[in-house]
Amino acid sequence: MAVNEQMLQSIIEEVLREMGTEQQAPVLSAAAQAGKVELQPKGEAKQGTASDEVVIALAPAFAEFQTENIVGIPHDQILKEIIAGIEEEGLKARVVKIYRSSDVAVCGHDAAELSGSGVAIGVQSKGTSIIHQKDLPQLSNLELFPQAPLIDLETYRAIGKNAAKYAKGEAPAPVPVRNDQMARPAYQAKAALLHIKETEHVTPGKRPVEMEVIFS
Amino acid sequence: MRSKRFEALDERPVKKDGFVKEWPEVGLIAMNSEGDPVPSITIENGVITELDGKKREDFDMLDQFIADYAINVENAEEAMAMDSLDIARMMVDFNVPREEVIKVTTAVTPAKMTEVLGKMTVLEMMMAQTKMRARLMPSNQCHVTNVKDNMTQIAADAAEAAIRGFDEMETTVGVARYAPFNAMAIMVGSNVGRPGILTQCAVEEATELDLGMRGYTAYAETISVYGTEPVFMDGDDTPYSKAFLASSYASRGLKMRFTSGSGSEVQMGYAEGKSMLYLEARCLYVTKGAGVQGTQNGSVSCVGVPAGVPGGIREILAENLLAACLDLECASSNDQTFTHSDLRRVARSLMQMVPGTDYICSGYSATPNYDNMFAGSNWDAEDYDDWNVIQRDLKIDGGLQPVDEESVVQARAKAARAMQVLFRELGLPEITDEEVEAATYANGSQDMPDRDVAADLKAADEMLARGVTAIDFIQALDRGGMPDVARSLYNILVTKAAGDYLHTASKLSDDWEVISAVNYPNNYSGPTTGYQISDERWQEIQDIPWAVDPESI
Repeated sequence: MAVNEQMLQSIIEEVLREMGTEQQAPVLSAAAQAGKVELQPKGEAKQGTASDEVVIALAPAFAEFQTENIVGIPHDQILKEIIAGIEEEGLKARVVKIYRSSDVAVCGHDAAELSGSGVAIGVQSKGTSIIHQKDLPQLSNLELFPQAPLIDLETYRAIGKNAAKYAKGEAPAPVPVRNDQMARPAYQAKAALLHIKETEHVTPGKRPVEMEVIFS
Repeated sequence: MRSKRFEALDERPVKKDGFVKEWPEVGLIAMNSEGDPVPSITIENGVITELDGKKREDFDMLDQFIADYAINVENAEEAMAMDSLDIARMMVDFNVPREEVIKVTTAVTPAKMTEVLGKMTVLEMMMAQTKMRARLMPSNQCHVTNVKDNMTQIAADAAEAAIRGFDEMETTVGVARYAPFNAMAIMVGSNVGRPGILTQCAVEEATELDLGMRGYTAYAETISVYGTEPVFMDGDDTPYSKAFLASSYASRGLKMRFTSGSGSEVQMGYAEGKSMLYLEARCLYVTKGAGVQGTQNGSVSCVGVPAGVPGGIREILAENLLAACLDLECASSNDQTFTHSDLRRVARSLMQMVPGTDYICSGYSATPNYDNMFAGSNWDAEDYDDWNVIQRDLKIDGGLQPVDEESVVQARAKAARAMQVLFRELGLPEITDEEVEAATYANGSQDMPDRDVAADLKAADEMLARGVTAIDFIQALDRGGMPDVARSLYNILVTKAAGDYLHTASKLSDDWEVISAVNYPNNYSGPTTGYQISDERWQEIQDIPWAVDPESI
């Protein structure tokens, strides 16, 4: 039997009706529809007050001195997916650039302290990411994604979604991550190289900078 | 058009490994770097006032710790005046006894030792390693973990690993709260396989110490030190705090060693333009200064970094040798995955397998690598026969021996039953007969049924809260009809209370003799001296069950 798309759609609709769930219109995400993403610095990042925001902290070289992660995923695509994930949950994303450290935990935690919701996502240029919360110790985290080569765009979107869920006070299941013993042999030396190049742009004591995100 | 030869070469596993070119200015260089300090020392009134080109007022906390605690000041001026090439020659020359070399190598600076090692080839370093290893006989350590944190499987794998020859075993966790059960399982299981196995559970430092104090572990290893100040401080630590932690273990008779290894500083972006070997030398001097008996080093978890630069595997051997030259026990890594290539895997390990170190692997994965919770080892359970054949081919003692299936199955079954008994007697969630049988015959956790994780974690928390210690394990095993296993755990506690295995490079024999560098010092001085494989041991090593017996044809 051939199952075409229409048929599938009608089955799904029927199931949803039976479950008594109204089909919600998906939250429109500007980021999801964007082709390109550009960043413009606009002064020192301010303390957020809106409880519906998730701050995204970019490490010093992100989308500036480096433009893609360790497996070549463009930085603007990564940012777009994270923002889309946050917006899909009905929350707002605010982007800041961290300069005082290239450590993903420091980036994430500094941003969490700026975040109105207390939740932030830190992203290094090589792609390593973290979901952080301001009340946690800096070396702890809500979720850590240490193996950058294994994070695909779908996972970045899920990271955005989960961060937004934490911000809403939910306790989501952690984003599924892949594990590959051969990621170290393939990527560890390159990861060191990329991290060194990021760390070169660390400015001790420099305050986080707010970044305007322009979609086109 | 592409060359078919090059196409074929591109398909080889080694092409999947990551390699980078040297970049000395940021420390992406294994050894022999122009950026390393020129060795120097100035001593005024018994105090080191200049170390490797730095004045005391410019010392960072590592320099100060090393200057104050790690260098034998009495011999320092004389030793530092020696030509580095002469020190290298002393290390290689088996006519110079180990203790003579130690007098020199413990009285020089990190930069001096870096320079000395820089003059040696891998072959010369292997010769030196043969002589400089602390304990007379080499040994081996393994990892026993699984992705499900299934304690019955841990016990069974540990029992098998014990009869295969490992003297020390290390577990860790997938889920942190499983730590007490995993620690309990590896201790019980290993001692079913052979009495006197030392076990540890690598977890967050405070938890690890707590488990040790309760008697759930016999030693500790994952106390990390780093070669630059910013990396040390990233971990919220100083050499002084680590030394304090080391003393806490010693106060309970628990053996412990620090962990360091090249590549971590460059990985963290703060190598300060120094070579990986020089920074590792600083770690080892901090270890020595803290009064710790040994180290786990040889790059360890950052192995992908030295392995990616030229001469990186040589550097790893150099850092193991340096540990031995500081009179430290050396558990020489050979653990974490660093390559897709089986050829590179073996070439890297021969550097330690052939001369022998105190613990050649730290550790060898006693499970298939998919169950290795240290992110994969260079050797795993499915390599057991390869390891044994390499020992047999070269007539070397890598610590293991071939075993027959029946003995393994029996040991696994008994270990699994011991866990069943222990859990029943301690009122913990049931270990079913089905689990015992699965663990008996399992290769990995894919062969194990799932447990109720939430119930396990709750029970583990409660067990700690009600103050259960190793004494309770002993009583429970005795009550449950396993007095021999109870006796084994009891003897470990007794040895611990006596503080007997705090000596350098200690391990326990199956009749509870402490074997260390004190009562079994390495006395190698050329052919037919030092550790010799006995006729009995050679029989064990060569007796692979699947070799054809000429008489059978």
